[in-house]
Amino acid sequence: MKQIEAIIKPFKLDEVKEALSKVGIQGMTISEVKGFGRQKGHTELYRGAEYSVDFLPKVKIQILVPDEKASQVVDAILQTARTGKIGDGKIFVIPVEEVIRIRTGEKGPDAI
Amino acid sequence: MCKAKTVWLFLSFLTILACAGAVRPAIAEEAAPPAAGAAAPAPKLPAYFTTTSPEPDKPLWPDPAGGNSGVWATPAGDGKGDIPEKLSLPDLYDRIAHNLFSINIVWVLVTGFLVMFMQAGFMFVETGLCRAKNAAHTAAMNFMIYPLGCLAFWAYGFAIGWGNWWNGPVPPGWYASLGPGLSVLSEGWGLGAAVDAAGKLTGAFTYGIIGAKGFFLTSAVNDVSVMVLFFFMMVFMDTTATIPTGAMAERWAWKNFCLYGLWIALPYCIYANWVWGGGWLAQGGLNWGLGHGAVDFAGSGVVHAMGGIIGLAGAMVIGARIGKYDSHGRPKALPGHNVPMVVLGTFILAFGWFGFNPGSTLAGTDLRIGFVVVNTLLASITGAIGAHLALSFKGLKPDPTMLCNGMLAGLVAITAPCAFVNPVGAAIIGLVGGILVVYSVFFWEARGIDDPVGAISVHGVNGLWGLLSVGIFATGEYGAGWNGVVRDEMVKLYGADGVRGLLYGDFSQFVMQIIDCAAVAIFGFIMAYVWFKVSDLITPIRVDKETEVEGLDGPEMGTLGYPDFQIHRGQE
Repeated sequence: MKQIEAIIKPFKLDEVKEALSKVGIQGMTISEVKGFGRQKGHTELYRGAEYSVDFLPKVKIQILVPDEKASQVVDAILQTARTGKIGDGKIFVIPVEEVIRIRTGEKGPDAI
Repeated sequence: MCKAKTVWLFLSFLTILACAGAVRPAIAEEAAPPAAGAAAPAPKLPAYFTTTSPEPDKPLWPDPAGGNSGVWATPAGDGKGDIPEKLSLPDLYDRIAHNLFSINIVWVLVTGFLVMFMQAGFMFVETGLCRAKNAAHTAAMNFMIYPLGCLAFWAYGFAIGWGNWWNGPVPPGWYASLGPGLSVLSEGWGLGAAVDAAGKLTGAFTYGIIGAKGFFLTSAVNDVSVMVLFFFMMVFMDTTATIPTGAMAERWAWKNFCLYGLWIALPYCIYANWVWGGGWLAQGGLNWGLGHGAVDFAGSGVVHAMGGIIGLAGAMVIGARIGKYDSHGRPKALPGHNVPMVVLGTFILAFGWFGFNPGSTLAGTDLRIGFVVVNTLLASITGAIGAHLALSFKGLKPDPTMLCNGMLAGLVAITAPCAFVNPVGAAIIGLVGGILVVYSVFFWEARGIDDPVGAISVHGVNGLWGLLSVGIFATGEYGAGWNGVVRDEMVKLYGADGVRGLLYGDFSQFVMQIIDCAAVAIFGFIMAYVWFKVSDLITPIRVDKETEVEGLDGPEMGTLGYPDFQIHRGQE
């Protein structure tokens, strides 16, 4: 099993979610996060004085998939989340040791 | 403002009477024979004309029920009400006079309610311009200044400001628009006590300095008209009181603020006495021949400049917020947390201003209120536009918080001249105010004066501009006899001696306005600077560093403005 963690631009969330549904993903967890990479922050003016926005808002998606499905999901995210401009985000693929469904106690791929 | 009633008002009142007489000439003829039969050597005037009781040991005023100011018409058909054909002309006059006072009292109360609601506007503007971690504290200051300020105004402020109101300078034919009960406000202190022909003290002074009657509104001023004046002046003072809470926001210790709330009535009411209570600035026209003395219709100086200057002194004593200036002393932005809140507050204030300015006639029967309202409106919109132009000229985006400051600046500037200028003049005054506020915000910021909401620029700088603009743009169409000044040469030239700025032929008015500006700036600043320094010794004016970094809500108030959303980012 793999966990796919994708950090994307917030306005791309709906598009990515649609694409993931199409490839058969039935559940995901998202969180609103802030951060910066090569894009860095930028400066704004408020009442004539400068202030810097170092951390930019992003959305983080977490999905659990069986090993064989990972590359399909990564492709779906790559195609929909890309704008070609700096700040599009990153995808991490992480091995998962165990998954347990709390309600039933099922383990492994059955619990995904 | 209102102390000086205009001859115009008096004349229009006479016109109403003349019309009433013309409608029912039969009554006038019927009434004539008994009047002739009495053969009085002098016309017998009702007590509310002279404000003296026919029986000296039974004074009619203070009058707690309002029954001594004419009588109300009773159109009841049970035989106990008025029977129109049996009413004499004096009876009719009693009813008209009572109606006149009623209209004025209702007008002043309703406009006063609007001014009270401005408190909510100040709360929204100031809280929105602060960071979320200080929201509860800033809102609470705007809230508690209302009870604290009012308590002090009731205890001593009203007496100092308006205790000798009755002895201020007035034009010929003047009457108290809120009723003769105001004649009880007749004790004060000043230089050069005036005496009448018989050598008795009149209660007036050549240079009035403070009033001294009406402490705690005790039985000596137990009168309906005094209550109305008290209420209206109280809500005005609360506007001043809440201005420094913006300039000193996000770092002012709560205990020190509470002391301030009880003190603010002192400088406010002393200066208000000088301008509105018949004191030495109002008497500048009579004493020194400078225009009509200090003219400040609704309080650009008394209310706003005073508040802004106290805010300046406070911001200087308390120092800039942590993080406002970098290590090179360059100003950094600490953005407010809720811009729509600022815009809502600005609209509430602009709405309340339609009570603030026209209500200051103290008379719904003064038809000049039509101009007052339109001038107030025009200056508010050109203020916002002026701020936009100034921002664009400096190459900046139209920051909504600055646009809001621009509208408020236009309103502050038009507050003193609103009754005396024409609509074009009002539009120019507002436009200049809006431009001025942008440059002023940058000016103070560059000098290390940290004012989170722009209170010093909006109220202080534009309050002074409003005072000066009276001396420039007043047209002379209104305000004849203001502060008791009627100059023969002006009457000969223009037909009446209205308040007139230098563009309309009276340079001396402009000089008097400069003196008034200097008086409020010097007096207000010294009083406030000394107070903040002294009160800092009693209880510290500023919260400690940890509290300021964490936000004042928790440590000072014990509750967060937004407990479910709070993510603190300590700002160093």
